[in-house]
Parts: sequence; C-alpha cells; structure tokens
Amino acid sequence: MHPAPSIILFTTLSGLGFGLLTFLGLNMPDVDGWVLFTFFFVGFALSVGGLLSSTFHLGHPERAWRALSQWKSSWLSREGICAVAALCVLGLYALLAIFFDTKVAALGFVGSALSLLTVFTTSMIYTQMKTVPRWNHWSTPLLFLSLSIGGGALLAAQTAVAGLFLLIATLTQAFAFWGGDRRFKDRGHSLKTATGLQNGELRLFEPPHTGTNYLLKEMVHQIGRKHAQRLRVLGLVFGLALPTVLLLSQTVGHVLAGLIVVLHVGGVLALRWLFFAEAEHVVGLYYGKHG
Amino acid sequence: MTQLPGPTPKKLGLVIDLDTCVGCHACVVSCKGWNTENYGAPLSDQDAYGANPSGTFLNRVHSYEIAPKDAPAQLVHFPKSCLHCEDAPCVTVCPTGASYKRADDGIVLVNEDACIGCGLCAWACPYGAREMDMDAGVMKKCTLCVDRIYNENLPEEDREPACVRTCPANARHFGDFADPESNVSHLVAERGGIDLMAEQGTKPVNKYLPPRPKTDAQPEAEIDVLAPLLSPVATEAHGFLGWLDKTLDKLPGGAT
Repeated sequence: MHPAPSIILFTTLSGLGFGLLTFLGLNMPDVDGWVLFTFFFVGFALSVGGLLSSTFHLGHPERAWRALSQWKSSWLSREGICAVAALCVLGLYALLAIFFDTKVAALGFVGSALSLLTVFTTSMIYTQMKTVPRWNHWSTPLLFLSLSIGGGALLAAQTAVAGLFLLIATLTQAFAFWGGDRRFKDRGHSLKTATGLQNGELRLFEPPHTGTNYLLKEMVHQIGRKHAQRLRVLGLVFGLALPTVLLLSQTVGHVLAGLIVVLHVGGVLALRWLFFAEAEHVVGLYYGKHG
Repeated sequence: MTQLPGPTPKKLGLVIDLDTCVGCHACVVSCKGWNTENYGAPLSDQDAYGANPSGTFLNRVHSYEIAPKDAPAQLVHFPKSCLHCEDAPCVTVCPTGASYKRADDGIVLVNEDACIGCGLCAWACPYGAREMDMDAGVMKKCTLCVDRIYNENLPEEDREPACVRTCPANARHFGDFADPESNVSHLVAERGGIDLMAEQGTKPVNKYLPPRPKTDAQPEAEIDVLAPLLSPVATEAHGFLGWLDKTLDKLPGGAT
C-alpha cells in the first residue's frame, strides 16, 4: 500500500504511549508527584498525539465522533471506544495520584487493561483484512502487543520486562516476515480465481484506464520496496534485537536507556513503514500484480 | 447498522456475460454520467485535462488475454463493479454505520452524510469496488442505480441500472437472484455463472458468465474455402522467366 505517514506515526506512537500507560496504571515505576506527572505526560502525549494524527488521513475528520457508534461489528469503532475509555480512566487515576496522592489500584488496573485492549483492537483492524493475507494472521496482534508492551516497559524503566517482550517482538517479527512472504500464494489467490477465467494462460492485456486511480495509489502502490530487505534487517537488528541484548545483559543507566529508546523507536518506525509498504492487497491481481 | 441484515427476501444484482462483452466502456461512461448527476456526491475528476488525469469510477472494464494450449488466444473484456456481496466485508468494518446492506433487497450503499472517509471499507473489499472521491472526501460505490430501479418518474424500460440500460451488446443483465425463475437466475443456471474470488468467502450476488470456449476451431484446410481457386496454376516456369530462373539459380548463392 501507500503508507500514509499519519498512520505510521499513529500506530507507532500510540502503541508506545498505551504501552507506557499500561505500566503506569500498574504503578510501575512506583513514583509520585512531579516524576509521576512527567511519566503520565509522556504517556498521554504519545497516545493522544497518535490518535490525533490518525484523524489527519480522514476525508471528514469533523465526523470522527461517529466512529464510536459501531462497536458491535467494527474493530475501528472498538479501537476508538477503548482508546477514549482508557484515556478517561487513566486520566482520573493520574489526577488522583499526582494531585491528591491517592493511588486507586483498581482504577489503575482497569486503565491498564483498557490500554492493552486499545492496542489489541488497533492490531485487529489489520488482522481482520482477508484481502491482505500478510496481515490476516494471529502473528499481527502478537507483534503489535509485544512491541507496545516492550516499548512501554522501556519508557517506564522496567528493563527486564522490556527485554523479555522485545525478545518476543523480535521473534514474532522475524516469523511475520517469513510467513507473510508465503501467505498470499498459500491462500490460493490468483488472477484465475479473481476473474474465474480458467482455461489457459492468463494475463492482463489492458488496464481499465490509461492513468491511475484511488485503488492503485492506495493499495497497489509499490514504491520503495526495493530497499525492503535492507530495511527489514536494519529494523529487526537495531530496533529490536540489539535493544533486547542490551536490556537483558547490562545494567541500563539513563544514557544507555535513552540510546535504546532512540534505536527502538527508529526501528519500529521502519518496521511499521514496511508493515504497510509490503502489504499485498488481492485487488492488485486485477491489475496484473502479485502474479 | 453496519451489522449485516442476514438473508434478504430479494437479492438484486447483475449478471455479466464475459462472452458477449465487447469492451466498449459504454457502461463505464453511462455509470459515471448517471451517478454524477444523481445519488450522492458527484464522481469527481482530478487533473482531468492535465498530464495525470484520474477520477472516481464505480465501474471499470479490464481486459485479459487467455491463451489456451490448443486453441487461439482470446481477449476477454471484464467489467467490474460492486458485487453486492451477501457477506459484505466492507459493511462490517465501517466504524460509523455509513456503510450498510439493505434488508429488503440486499443493495450495499453508503450514507455519505455519515462517512468519515477513513477508507477501511475499500481495504476490506477484495474486488476494488469502492473508490474514495478526492473532492468530496467520502467513499463512493455502485448503488445498483437505486435511484433508477424504483423510480416511477422514469419510463418502465429505464428502471434498470444505467450500465445495463446502455450496454449495446446486451452483456449486462439486472434482476433478482432470490427468485429462481428470474432472468438472471436462468442465465446463471444455463451458462454456469461463477463467483469472483470465491475463496474470500464474500458470497457475491453478482455473477459472471464465463466466455464460451473456442476450442472447436476448424482445421485450416476446411476454413480456407478459396484455397483450391488460389493454388498456383503454373508450377514450372517457361520461356524468358524459365531462363531467368535457371540463370539466377546458377549464380553463387543460388538454389542448388
């Protein structure tokens, strides 16, 4: 697809933000006052900033409130509801904890659960797409959740937890690359099933138009894929594997932690770009792609 | 609203005859015309007279070449618009309730006043049937000309989708698939109508009639009815031409 920068930023930043909020709701780290305020500020800035940037790709952002209505069937709607609920509950928890020195554990726990649920619903928006076999797999929610928890733990200074979940993310990401490259063919999608034309060798003779269209720009877009292999290695090694090794082998001070955060966020941005740029949509078959 | 209604009493849709379609794109033009002037936001164009024209269309005609092993290659024109699926994935993903499938006749529509233009429904559609209008910022799709088929202000023969009404080859047919005696049900039964990308599990209502195989091409000898009349009358050259033929053959490089 054509990866919209707003979507890459949203899923990466909000994933980190909700990951951090998950730990803050569980009182990890156990801090108070201005230190806690700073932690919550970063958590809310990332998650709310991410949510706001996601509205930039809408045709009608002013109607975004309507997206809260279809929780019965739509994962996007569920995501919106979970996000708003998580922010409200944790907002109240933070208010009480910072300004009234009262940590209501139950409130924090509910907020943490809602934060993780938000990340899960985000991942399900992509996982539900049968039209993109690469996404339509259980590894997608596992990847989103492990990245969010790992990155959140890193920001919350929980180095051991961060190392563990980034290890899971590394393995999941490697598996997702490996399995994702095969899935389109394995599912049996081809120009023959797309057109029902079975008898003989089949090829696109002429596309429907001389120019381009929304579908081609949005879903069949191919630019930048030539660097995909290099980006995969860079993202996997520097964004996930190296931080994992550092977190699990060293006593991490502030400077090293800062470096790991930069490496990790840069790597996840690259990986998230790939997540979208490498998505092969079955509609491409009609345009002679993915054959 | 974005939950699917379940089985509908009527299943309105199209049969598209790939054997008959001549690829004239008249359906594309009439669709664009009708749907720009009627239901919802007009189908806009961008840079229409410039170097990179593009625009919103609800119906497009692809062309494919099939080359069977033992028969001449065939060109198949392939019109594609919304298939009004029974299990429409575009409907259930919609976060606002703008996308819906009508409970009475199964037509899949977009309420453009509630559409936020997130594009998720277009992503959920395997067939590329939905296109975002770049001017209006809302999702556009085939309405099965819902503003024609029930329109009592139109003469009765015009109460069918614009693409069907305009097709000069009669390759498009409109009807109710829930009625086993309808014209479209008969066509599907007789010609072996098929679902596109059935493995996606969308249960499309629209059906495609595959092109009739052209494997019964006659042997060349039988096709060439003029051959006996055109066979060479003189096999050997005489006179001046005969002398020239022999002389040229004697030159280096000539026939041996």
